[in-house]
Amino acid sequence: MATMIKTEDLFYAYPAEEGEQQTYALQGVDLSIEQGSFVVVLGHNGSGKSTLAKTFNAVLLPAGGKVYVEGLDTTDESLLLAIRQRVGMVFQNPDNQIVANVVEEDIAFAPENLGVPSEEIRRRVDDALKAVNMSEFVRHAPHLLSGGQKQRIAIAGVIAMEPRCIVLDEATAMLDPIGRREVLTAVHRLNKEKGITVVLITHHMNEAELADRVIVMDHGRPALDDTPRKVFAQVERLRAMGLTVPDTVDLLDRLKNDGWQVPLEALTVDECADAICAVMHTN
Amino acid sequence: MLKDITLGQYFPGDTVAHRLDPRTKILMVLFYIIALFCAKDLITYGILALCLALCVHISKVGVRSLVRGLKPVTIIIIFTATLNLFFTPGTKILFQWGILQISDTGIHNAVFMVLRIMMLIMGTFLMTYTTSPISLTDGLERLLNWMKALHVPVHELATMMSIALRFIPTLVEETDKIMSAQKARGADFESGNLFEKAKALIPILVPLFISAFRRADELATAMECRCYHGGEGRTKLNVLKYQRRDILALVVSGAIMVGVIVLSRFGL
Amino acid sequence: MEPILQIKHLTHTYGIGTPFQRSAVEDMSFDIYPGEFAGIIGHTGSGKSTLIQHLNGLLKPTSGQILLNGKDIWAEPKKIRNVRFQVGLVFQYPEYQLFEETVYKDIAFGPANMGKTGDELDRCVREAARMVGILDDQLEKSPFELSGGQKRRVALAGVLAMEPQVLILDEPTAGLDPAGRENLMANIRDYHRNKQRTIILVSHSMDEIAQNVDRLLVLKSSHILMSGTPAEVFGRADELITAGLDVPQVTRIAMALKQRGVDIDPAVYTVEKLEQELLAARKGGAVC
Repeated sequence: MATMIKTEDLFYAYPAEEGEQQTYALQGVDLSIEQGSFVVVLGHNGSGKSTLAKTFNAVLLPAGGKVYVEGLDTTDESLLLAIRQRVGMVFQNPDNQIVANVVEEDIAFAPENLGVPSEEIRRRVDDALKAVNMSEFVRHAPHLLSGGQKQRIAIAGVIAMEPRCIVLDEATAMLDPIGRREVLTAVHRLNKEKGITVVLITHHMNEAELADRVIVMDHGRPALDDTPRKVFAQVERLRAMGLTVPDTVDLLDRLKNDGWQVPLEALTVDECADAICAVMHTN
Repeated sequence: MLKDITLGQYFPGDTVAHRLDPRTKILMVLFYIIALFCAKDLITYGILALCLALCVHISKVGVRSLVRGLKPVTIIIIFTATLNLFFTPGTKILFQWGILQISDTGIHNAVFMVLRIMMLIMGTFLMTYTTSPISLTDGLERLLNWMKALHVPVHELATMMSIALRFIPTLVEETDKIMSAQKARGADFESGNLFEKAKALIPILVPLFISAFRRADELATAMECRCYHGGEGRTKLNVLKYQRRDILALVVSGAIMVGVIVLSRFGL
Repeated sequence: MEPILQIKHLTHTYGIGTPFQRSAVEDMSFDIYPGEFAGIIGHTGSGKSTLIQHLNGLLKPTSGQILLNGKDIWAEPKKIRNVRFQVGLVFQYPEYQLFEETVYKDIAFGPANMGKTGDELDRCVREAARMVGILDDQLEKSPFELSGGQKRRVALAGVLAMEPQVLILDEPTAGLDPAGRENLMANIRDYHRNKQRTIILVSHSMDEIAQNVDRLLVLKSSHILMSGTPAEVFGRADELITAGLDVPQVTRIAMALKQRGVDIDPAVYTVEKLEQELLAARKGGAVC
């Protein structure tokens, strides 16, 4: 499969305060994200996960190493628009990324910037709204919508660029459980139906359940990088990195320590119940 | 409370008043304002009031929300009325106390001045209520396009304006929230003299400014991520095109303006 | 025991006389007892925020009453500020209310408004800072130099420093990472244990509520849907799910096990409890 984003020995440092030691937020990251995959990036605050995301569409430029988007070098200024059109970015606070007072005008913002002809913009706006299930809100004022709805508008605003990849930088952090579910459903649909690559940065462990791949960042480097099941089975390592595990895994881990022969690789409630039943059956 | 401020708010709708080209509406308001400043007597004011009433009716905006728009300027209206009422010299003095006097011209001026301000505000508000801020700034940008030749950054100014309008409701809500939070810590905004009251605003203003800067910063990044790079090569979702109804509206409103000017100059 | 807060038939209607008229809280009645750790859960728009702003007199009821220590808080509207000192309310994302030059001054804002000065004020500030884990050498820093999680602690200390009898926390851990969430909740539990003061925790995370409170109210569309101990409420998990609310993941595992024929109480809501139940069940020879 083709590569969507590739980083090579990527370093990044935020400007240091006077007299303070410069610390690297990213310390030699080598990653390659496949086209069409759904990747969740986990990590505690300050682990470098958000910094990493911002290098994917040239919001931040590497201090060392390289980032390539479909082979395009993010440090090449002449490629800036091409890169940003390919990798759309959704941020944490929905209020601070909506530009216009009417939903359709907000979604049209990016294609307008790209110089897309009017009729084509109209088509893209309608398609984007349909993709996030918000068609009925086309003429609404965004500030009157719920958090989850605002965030879906922000996603639609990115989809309208027809990107190959969407990066959600803690886009669910400020939402309530319903809003979070709405956003997750929307991005999973985009991934399945349109084949858009999704990179979801979060610290909610259960959002990783359905991902193809989970990357856990720690001290500016990927510490774990595998399927969700394999990653969450590493209970001790996750705890050591300031993360929790889903209650399903926590329970199985405890039972295992009690001497039960249970696998740790059961993420969903049903898998967990089945695993416990299997043991009780052999009693 | 603060939420009652309706300045710059847009009520989505699908009436003729909403569908008119924003440039038409801006020009109509301009005609209306000129006519309002030329109007002198009951007949001319009456004609304009009738036009306003008709437009309000067509727009389905509702008189109550228009009147609510007057609330923030109540003080200005009262101030103007008082000035005119007490300080206009006239032929017939009805009441005098020191330098304060009420004359017939004073009453006349006060009444018409209040009418003028109220109609002025209601007219402009009708435009902002029926035109989304983006199309309003879009209209302004197109109307002022010729100024680009004079190196006036028309697009940048228009973008700044529409973003400012977009963030008014957000910042109003935020102010409310910060105020409640400080009240919960015992902040007192009601009592005390003017100096104390001004000082009591610091716990609101500081967080509000910090948050506004943070928002501006995040918004700028979000805009860049959506490929914003100034006005060059930009297209539009809704391209402004004058329709028949726009030409009709412009001709009618232009004619009314001329009519009002002529009437107030030369009488019937 | 006498309740510390009594809410009697509280109704709050927004926009009376406009087309937007709607009741955010309708005929709610409940009591809060001294020293209890109560929880309120419900979706955005269920009336949570409106409800809690009544408890410290930020909003005035359209009808109904709120009694603090048996006295109507609106009996003397001029003295409503005193109610706010006794019922401390920490809003969502409270770090956005910080404004002073130093952490110390910001924490002192509330108690200074109460009229505290000198040593007494100093004691309140330092004690509150200690309770939320703010170190002494951070007190002279600007609050804006701190990290997000630390800012939140400072804001929380600003309310604790008023030494309120009742502390209301609206989504105290929203937006924090797992370690930050756990640390802050541990501080809050310590405060509750050491001070024996009343806490009302508002949250939309069922797991957070389940792990902390003695008693909870479930709100749905401006009404109280259920109230009781966590075991009582989560024992009715089916009803919660029908009402569109979450139940703790542990409760869902227990329900799934019950469905598979394991004899287990579906009202368990912590991992430890479920582990023990399972160990006991296996010892008793239960099979699926």
